[in-house]
Amino acid sequence: MTIVEAARALRDGSASRRSTVRDLWDACTAVAQAKNLELNAFLEIFDANESAIASAQKRIDENDASLLCGIPLAIKDNILIEGKIASASSKILENYRATYDAGVIKKLKDAGALFLGRTNMDEFALGGSTENSAFGVTKNPHDISRVSGGTSGGSAAAVAAHITIAALGTDTGGSIRNPASYCGVVGLKPTYGAVSRSGVIAAASSFDQVGPITKTVEDAKVLFDTIRGYDANDSTSIPDALQKVKKKEIRTIGVPRHLFADVLDADMLERFTSTIKNLGFEVKDIEIPSAKPALAAYYIINFAEVSTNLARFDGMRYGLAKRGDTLLDDYINSRTEGFGEEARRRILLGTFVLSSGYIDAYYRKADSARAQLTREFAKAFEEVDIIATPTMPTPAFKIGDKSDPLSLYLEDVFTILANLTGMPAISVPMGFVERENPSTSLGIKKQLPVGIHFSAPHQAEDMLFAIGEKVHST
Amino acid sequence: MATTEKVRKLAALARIRVEDAELEKFIREFDAILAYVETVSTVKMSSPESVEEEKPLLRNVMRADGEPHTTGVYTEKIVEQFPAKDGNALSVKQIL
Repeated sequence: MTIVEAARALRDGSASRRSTVRDLWDACTAVAQAKNLELNAFLEIFDANESAIASAQKRIDENDASLLCGIPLAIKDNILIEGKIASASSKILENYRATYDAGVIKKLKDAGALFLGRTNMDEFALGGSTENSAFGVTKNPHDISRVSGGTSGGSAAAVAAHITIAALGTDTGGSIRNPASYCGVVGLKPTYGAVSRSGVIAAASSFDQVGPITKTVEDAKVLFDTIRGYDANDSTSIPDALQKVKKKEIRTIGVPRHLFADVLDADMLERFTSTIKNLGFEVKDIEIPSAKPALAAYYIINFAEVSTNLARFDGMRYGLAKRGDTLLDDYINSRTEGFGEEARRRILLGTFVLSSGYIDAYYRKADSARAQLTREFAKAFEEVDIIATPTMPTPAFKIGDKSDPLSLYLEDVFTILANLTGMPAISVPMGFVERENPSTSLGIKKQLPVGIHFSAPHQAEDMLFAIGEKVHST
Repeated sequence: MATTEKVRKLAALARIRVEDAELEKFIREFDAILAYVETVSTVKMSSPESVEEEKPLLRNVMRADGEPHTTGVYTEKIVEQFPAKDGNALSVKQIL
């Protein structure tokens, strides 16, 4: 069931036969509880909030409600909901209860939305498979021997398995679009600054954005339109005076074939090429010369910002507090026991790339490369309206297959471009490819979903929705 | 190249401890990761100006001083999160 279908079910027909908000809530929690045992998509399924359910029902009955009113949504575990635990899937925040609502949660509460539960993720949004969660991997609903993607793997798996109607994720280097591709759902990373990050646990602040993970493009638009907008509590959010909805007719799609022509499997390339062809737009080959080394720049900046952001967790004011002989021991013990392996790895790498002898060779180089990449995209958008790539180079891989951190980093080659430049990007399912299923006897193959990725100039989300709808309908 | 000494130094700066068992693995991985991220130097700059000149005029926006909310509205919830407290005060080890 989609947001639009659920909203209709809450309104259609005679009052005696129509679903109530309570019916919808009970149905959603029952199926979530039943299926979550296998998938581990939810870290917690919340108890019913009776007063929120009653007031949503009242608004619907009085015909004074947005489409999201009364709809239960799944929320990634790094987005604060007052009074609920928000752990970012880390031991260091395992028992941390949010003291306020994130900006996006305030907006959803105002719209009358309900919160079904908090979803699993890679610890502090560091990873690409949800294998870095302190609370176990989230499995892919299409093949439970495979990863759901990450870092918003719990949100995407829950939507794909129909155990939630829709979800929120966050995207630092592809964390919404990667699991959307692996799980066969829609994921939008909005323009940097379009959505407030107030109350979102920071990973890399110059990249992070909150966005929707949904079953349809239409639903992604409904959720995005609700959560977007200026927030005084996030100084990077775009002020109202600068909010421009940019939409022009799509005529030309640019394809940076040099990025993937020789790395993709034949069936992935075939899926991509035929999807693009069926859209019927003019297709133009474009060159983004810095796109490949941009991945290196992305990781340097990511390490630097992550190590800086994670410096605030010290076992003093909240979170895991392990005590030693001295105050320094208190910090070291809390951080060492609280952070998982990938968090510690990136803290060390970030400390290195920012250290005085190396900052010019790494961080400042990466910053220049980022500016160069942004110039190249701006130039490309003078010639084409939309830029398309596959979302990920492969379908979902088997759990444990990418235990070497560098091999996992390399998977992000297409998605990080939108985070470095701040442009919006969407992943939409483009069908399935067949891969071997290791859990059954030889010869039996599984159909795995793959996504196509579109990016557009800043604030042109509506163009992404338009082309996404077109992929759905062709 | 990463060495035991360098990784320990970084860990001390970052206030974490790297156990011996993990040290060797981290050293190996860091060499591979740093060798990869060094490819950033292959980016060819199309404009001669330095990045500094391109920085937007509006930077590091700070909120105006003032009361963002009524004093004390969050105190109780924040104090509840303290690992150790004395009334509404956070307790830490004596450092002097």
